[in-house]
Amino acid sequence: MPQSDNEHRPMTSRDDAVFKVRGVSKVYRMGDVDVHALRSVDLDLYRGELVVLLGASGSGKSTLLNIIGGLDVPTEGTVIYQDHVLTTANDAELTRFRREHVGFVFQFYNLIPSLTAIENVRLITEISEDPMPAEKSLEMVGLADRKDHFPAQLSGGEQQRVAIARAIAKQPDVLLCDEPTGALDVKTGKLVLEAIKHINTELGTTTAVITHNAAIAAMADRVIHIGSGEIVSIEKNEVRADPADLVW
Amino acid sequence: MMKAIDLKMLRDLWHLRGQAITTALVVACGVATFVAMRSTYDSLLASRDGYYAQFKFADIFASLKSAPESVRSRIAAIEGVTAVETRVVATVTIDLPDVREPVQGRVVSVSETDPNPLNGLYLQRGRALEPGHENEVVISGAFADANGLRPGDHLSAVLNGRLRRLFIAGIALSPEFIYEIRPGDIFPDNRRFGILWMNRKAAGSLFQLDNAFNDVVLTLGPSAVEADVIQRLDSILEPYGGFGAYTRTDQYSHRFVSNELAELQVFGTFIPAVFLGVTAFLLHLVLSRLVNVEREQIGLLKSFGYRDRDVGLHYLKLAVLAVAGGIVIGIGLGAWLGTGMAALYGQYFHFPVLDYSVSLKVIAYSVLISIGAASAGAVLAVFKAVSLPPAEAMRPETPPNFHAGFLETAGFRELLSARSRMVVRNIIRRPLKAFLSSLGISLSVALLFIGFYFFDAIYRIIDIQFGQIQREDVEVTFVEPRSGLSVYDLASLPGVIRVEPYRVVPAILRSGNRSRRVGISGASNDNELRRIIDRDFRRVNLPPEGIVLGKTIADSLGAKKGDKISVEVTEGSRPKKEVVISDIADELLGMGVYMELSALNRLMNEQSTVSGAFLSIESDKKDAVYKRLKTTPAVAGVAMPESTLTSFNETMARTIGTSTTFLIGFACIIAFGVVYNGARIALAERGRELASLRVLGYRQDEVGRLLLEEQAILTSFAIPLGFAIGLGICVIITRVVDAEIIRLPIVFSVRTFLFSGLIVAAAAILSGLLVARRIGHMDLIAVLKTRE
Repeated sequence: MPQSDNEHRPMTSRDDAVFKVRGVSKVYRMGDVDVHALRSVDLDLYRGELVVLLGASGSGKSTLLNIIGGLDVPTEGTVIYQDHVLTTANDAELTRFRREHVGFVFQFYNLIPSLTAIENVRLITEISEDPMPAEKSLEMVGLADRKDHFPAQLSGGEQQRVAIARAIAKQPDVLLCDEPTGALDVKTGKLVLEAIKHINTELGTTTAVITHNAAIAAMADRVIHIGSGEIVSIEKNEVRADPADLVW
Repeated sequence: MMKAIDLKMLRDLWHLRGQAITTALVVACGVATFVAMRSTYDSLLASRDGYYAQFKFADIFASLKSAPESVRSRIAAIEGVTAVETRVVATVTIDLPDVREPVQGRVVSVSETDPNPLNGLYLQRGRALEPGHENEVVISGAFADANGLRPGDHLSAVLNGRLRRLFIAGIALSPEFIYEIRPGDIFPDNRRFGILWMNRKAAGSLFQLDNAFNDVVLTLGPSAVEADVIQRLDSILEPYGGFGAYTRTDQYSHRFVSNELAELQVFGTFIPAVFLGVTAFLLHLVLSRLVNVEREQIGLLKSFGYRDRDVGLHYLKLAVLAVAGGIVIGIGLGAWLGTGMAALYGQYFHFPVLDYSVSLKVIAYSVLISIGAASAGAVLAVFKAVSLPPAEAMRPETPPNFHAGFLETAGFRELLSARSRMVVRNIIRRPLKAFLSSLGISLSVALLFIGFYFFDAIYRIIDIQFGQIQREDVEVTFVEPRSGLSVYDLASLPGVIRVEPYRVVPAILRSGNRSRRVGISGASNDNELRRIIDRDFRRVNLPPEGIVLGKTIADSLGAKKGDKISVEVTEGSRPKKEVVISDIADELLGMGVYMELSALNRLMNEQSTVSGAFLSIESDKKDAVYKRLKTTPAVAGVAMPESTLTSFNETMARTIGTSTTFLIGFACIIAFGVVYNGARIALAERGRELASLRVLGYRQDEVGRLLLEEQAILTSFAIPLGFAIGLGICVIITRVVDAEIIRLPIVFSVRTFLFSGLIVAAAAILSGLLVARRIGHMDLIAVLKTRE
């Protein structure tokens, strides 16, 4: 796979799609029932943009994110990342794709409890080809002074910001955040969103945030509404709101 | 209808089947070794004691030069003596056409009048001796089997200087020779040593002991004091050349059998204890984890009104059920193994019937101790489940607290990658668990180590005994001590290269209030064939004056170098003298007592006199020399170290093969059980952590390595620890084993270290890989959504 170019690029024309999702369906078989998690979804994600995938629980937004992130494969359709077809890749290729191009942020942070903040970041920089220094990525999320703390010594918001630092340290092409504020209160949630926005602006990393919290949508370039496995609508914010000003 | 909570238990058990099976296998090994060794012990003991009782095995034994039969009544009159049997016992040379070397026989007379004598014979085949039949013998079973001799066959033997053709009337066993070995030997050689029973009258006339005896055995009543009887007997026999009476403890066969029983008892306790200890530990791991995972369920059960007792019992039942299968398998396996062990003992120990059976008592004990071990393993987890308040149980457990360990703060931090730190901290966070895991694995290393040690020790013994000490082709024993000039007769035999005469005199050594019956060997320092070699392969030189004691003898007398010791010879003119101990020899057997040949002759107030000689013979002339010796009247017995060694090697090869197989199997089960359970629990505890890493782009093999590195570190600690434990236990074993039978040398070959380490490492790697395969089945998506 090609090396990502890491220079900052603002969102540009419609042809500059990093991900092309075409006709993607996902059917889970649960017992005797087929569950259609996604129904023929078409979507492009553009370089450097910040999108919010908004939908209720069970709408299919996580399934879509998992497919884009190379964790899951669709039943039908294709997903193309730059010039690579993810939908025909095997497990090893998907692992390599995640390793080289994708940064993940989880709802429950998923930090390694036995490692300090900076060591959690190093866990990723140690397997990356061109990472930023671990200290720098912690600085970007405002946690330089907490770098030697273990997860158990950090608040939820701090843990999530360490998770963001961990996700971006490899300088990924795309940052995927699954309900990053889902386990946090409003105040710390905003700090986390600010960190995400900061990364998106500073590094130009294409960022997708999954949420069921409509208030967060205001900080996105584009808001993709998902319901019952389909894209209901896509709305474009002319002005991105500052996370500090969000209210929920 | 099964209760819902019991259904939950069964499903939990099914869910934990991998761990339950590996634990059950460890239990099975524990129960199997317990059942096998205990039941073999019980069976051997019962067979021995039954045999002794039925065939009236004597309590006191004594040999003498010769006493008239009338002395018998004086012996019978000793207080506490219930029966007396006077006998004629002699060493003879047998000429078997199929055996090129001369064979040594021991003639033991049998009363013609007493239908139920002491040390009675159990007739296996043929018929008993008939009164009046002179040239008739009954021969020992092991000797008959080894040489293919049957009732009705004949054999030639030199009896008291005269060649005789003897008719084999029957084949028998005696409680006196359960372990049929030539006195002084370490290993039995049934092809070249056997017992010949003869009519008392016939033996008497053959050995010029008509109406006389040179051996007497007694049984004692329950109130008799052995020491008093021995003293009285010795004083009665002294004028008749008594060599000193002794008890069963010093009776050769009894001593070997008792030592074997003692060892069996030690191993039958120690080995099952290792397995059951590991079982308890494994159950502790599995149940602690289960209780942690089921916190919420426990809270739920309690909030619904289940009592603490119900919850505790629930987990206790799970533990017992997990080992139940192992107990059943173990009992079956143990009974099978025991049958094999008993059969193996049957090859060395000759009982009329070796009734192997597994008693209900042994089975009940094995069930009890296994359930005890399971409960001990479960107790902490059960206690935790019982003491969880329902409300707290419903909340998730607080996240584990980690901190940098000593090594990291000491400045090694920068040397470790983040991944290695994870591994190290996981170990350090629960040091006791890590230690116990290591200990568990190390026990499997120790088990192998001890097993291989025995082979090292035995091969060292062979190396010293046959490579360094017994280098003669043949040892010739004269019927009577002879002039030193007879050496020239032996030297003149065609093909004899070297003759080294020796003198052996029976004596009682006294130091303070302790005494020992010994044979003092007189030898020359110029000897090359038979030398005195200590455990470190050093040659022991005999001083021109004074006596050299083997370490075991010296210890038992409480004597040390430079002490004066009283020597009472029980042969010839029976001189009594004080002699200085000029050295203590750290010998393999430690039972030797030596003097320089001429010094011994001076002690005996005799001219140059010898009891026998060691010979080396040109290899192509050996047969001719053996043939001459077989029929030389003056020669009482002949022994060949080489042939003893050959027959020993054959038996050893079989024994080694079997026991090694079992040892390796047992050790692998322990190592496998510990590593498998450790890795499974690590996978369960850290599954989310590992799945997150997979999502973040770690490859399956990288995550697998993270999971297994912890087990790898524990195993690599365990291996040297296992060496240390094994070494320690070997040292203990060398003390447990009767030093007067053998002093096991403490030697360990590279092979012992290599094999015990590598086999356990291989088992650990295999079980680790089995667990690591599960990483491939991890649900990466679920991990994003769930909280631990």
